[in-house]
Amino acid sequence: MSAERLRLMFAARRADNSTALLPFMTAGLPDPGHAVEMFEAMAGAGADGFEVGIPYSDPLMDGPIIQEGGARALAAGVGLEEGLEIAGRVIARTGLPALVMTYANVVVQAGPDEFARRAADHGVSGVIVADLPLEEAGPIKAAVERAGLGMVLFAAPTTTEARLRRIVEAEPVFIYGVADLGVTGERKIASSRAGELARRIREVTGIPLVMGVGISTPEQAAAIAGSADGVIVGSALVRRALEAQTPTEAIASLATAVREFRAAL
Amino acid sequence: MKLERPDARGRFGEFGGRFAPETLMPALEELEHAFEGAWADPAFRGDLDRLLKDFVGRPTPIFEAERLSAQLGFRVLLKREDLAHTGAHKINNAIAQVLLARRMGKPRVIAETGAGQHGVATATAAALLGLECDVFMGEKDIERQSLNVYRMQMLGTRVIPVTSGAGTLKDAVNEAMRDWVGTVETTHYVIGSVVGPHPFPWMVREFQRVIGDESLAQLGEDLPDVVVACVGGGSNAIGMFYPFAGLGIDLVGVEAAGEGIETGRHGASLGEGSPGILHGTRTYLLQDADGQVQEAHSISAGLDYPGVGPEHAYFQDLGLARYVSITDDESLEGVSLLARTEGIIPALESAHAISWIAKAAGELQGKTVLVNLSGRGDKDVQQIAEARS
Repeated sequence: MSAERLRLMFAARRADNSTALLPFMTAGLPDPGHAVEMFEAMAGAGADGFEVGIPYSDPLMDGPIIQEGGARALAAGVGLEEGLEIAGRVIARTGLPALVMTYANVVVQAGPDEFARRAADHGVSGVIVADLPLEEAGPIKAAVERAGLGMVLFAAPTTTEARLRRIVEAEPVFIYGVADLGVTGERKIASSRAGELARRIREVTGIPLVMGVGISTPEQAAAIAGSADGVIVGSALVRRALEAQTPTEAIASLATAVREFRAAL
Repeated sequence: MKLERPDARGRFGEFGGRFAPETLMPALEELEHAFEGAWADPAFRGDLDRLLKDFVGRPTPIFEAERLSAQLGFRVLLKREDLAHTGAHKINNAIAQVLLARRMGKPRVIAETGAGQHGVATATAAALLGLECDVFMGEKDIERQSLNVYRMQMLGTRVIPVTSGAGTLKDAVNEAMRDWVGTVETTHYVIGSVVGPHPFPWMVREFQRVIGDESLAQLGEDLPDVVVACVGGGSNAIGMFYPFAGLGIDLVGVEAAGEGIETGRHGASLGEGSPGILHGTRTYLLQDADGQVQEAHSISAGLDYPGVGPEHAYFQDLGLARYVSITDDESLEGVSLLARTEGIIPALESAHAISWIAKAAGELQGKTVLVNLSGRGDKDVQQIAEARS
């Protein structure tokens, strides 16, 4: 059961009273040949697991940085199969759990069962689908869980109490707490909504809570760390991978960044 | 059978639904309830009807196109949406949604636009009703529809260029959705066609069905044999088709064949696509085997879209309507044909429908054909001149 690795990781973080750091990175950056090495560098710098982005042509939950990352990966020939292979090699090499993040059409075109089976074959622990709310999640969530993987569901600052209860009742492997309104991207000022959302979720469930969206500095991560089991950092890392002039520079830059986030948590 | 409304999950059969980020879900639920309430409220309907009559200029006439009929050998009627204020059917939906936004207490509206007609319509409605308005438009479309950019700016709207993707309608929708994810508490997204997550396809169809309802009332017993409309996202077509569906009338939607179906550079999502999920809804899409959505191609910015409204997908699968396509070059011939026989320059979008009846003249002999002339061509004059030179 691949989802089990994720559960064990959260249990371990709770036991040592720390917060898990889950870097997001688009599969295939900085280029397909150096993708695994870059994840390994982040693992060495203190990551607890990964969210591996499978690129999609129309990522409407993502801001300009992750859009650019996806476009670059697609142009380099990274699709679903290549993305899963990268995730699989990262899992094998680092021993850390990894989830894949994509959009509904990528899952639906592969077929939910086929998608889940292939992800499981590569050792993936869980699945995040950015445009899949609870109401539409049924068939995909069932397929993912049949394959032994965990399905992640979102809760946002706009989520009502009634919706939150239904999301909790569906028992996702963790709840992805959307820390700020808006799409993914770096924010100068920490979200004023994250703490309140975390508190609301904690009040109704003990399901692991991971906060993400707009957490772009170690200070911002530290501010929310006490209220969550984990933190996802995406755009701040993808930007470094895109800005680096060489793969070597990207790998070094990502290791430094992850080390700074780790220290803050 | 046509559906009065989609099911509780927003589905027309297996199409539609609500594939949206969680952040938007409460707003979509709120919108659904607000629309249901407004649509059942005589006060809202009265306000809308007054605006449609006195501001938009409805009802739009049905025109007996005598010289075109004589040339083609069958009777052609034109539903004159080109005469609506701002020059296209888009105003029917825009004014209704902006009125709804005001009722919901949202001070700001956003919209996407391709050809610029929906952007102009939304900018117009926002100016009329006193709401702030931002319109997202692909940079390629800004180039080919610069006149409409100036019109929006004159109306007090900010036009935000979209540089992602190919810089066309699909990218403008993505960018409008992204804005909405961040501003949803104070902003209503005035989507311009029968696309997007539930309740948009249903709501926009209800706002556009005035075209078909009016036509039925105007024609009385004199029903056409064939009804024709162009299809990009498909709002003018579903607005016309929906009231006619189930009456035994041949409903024909005309998609963009672009540079030719065989070239792969077209916008024929119903004719050539396969079911998938884009912009919150399950429908026919132009996509590859991995589910990556492909760029559409059409001379007409309004038909340059790789998806289509889910109710059209449902109509196609049930045989309630059929869908054909017309190339860029053929659409230009359609512009000339209508201009020279009737003194009407149609929008490039609508010219696809005109061109199809000329192309299908053989099978249409002896019939009465009603064409939804969804918009006028003033916006396209410069582009047409360039295409011809």
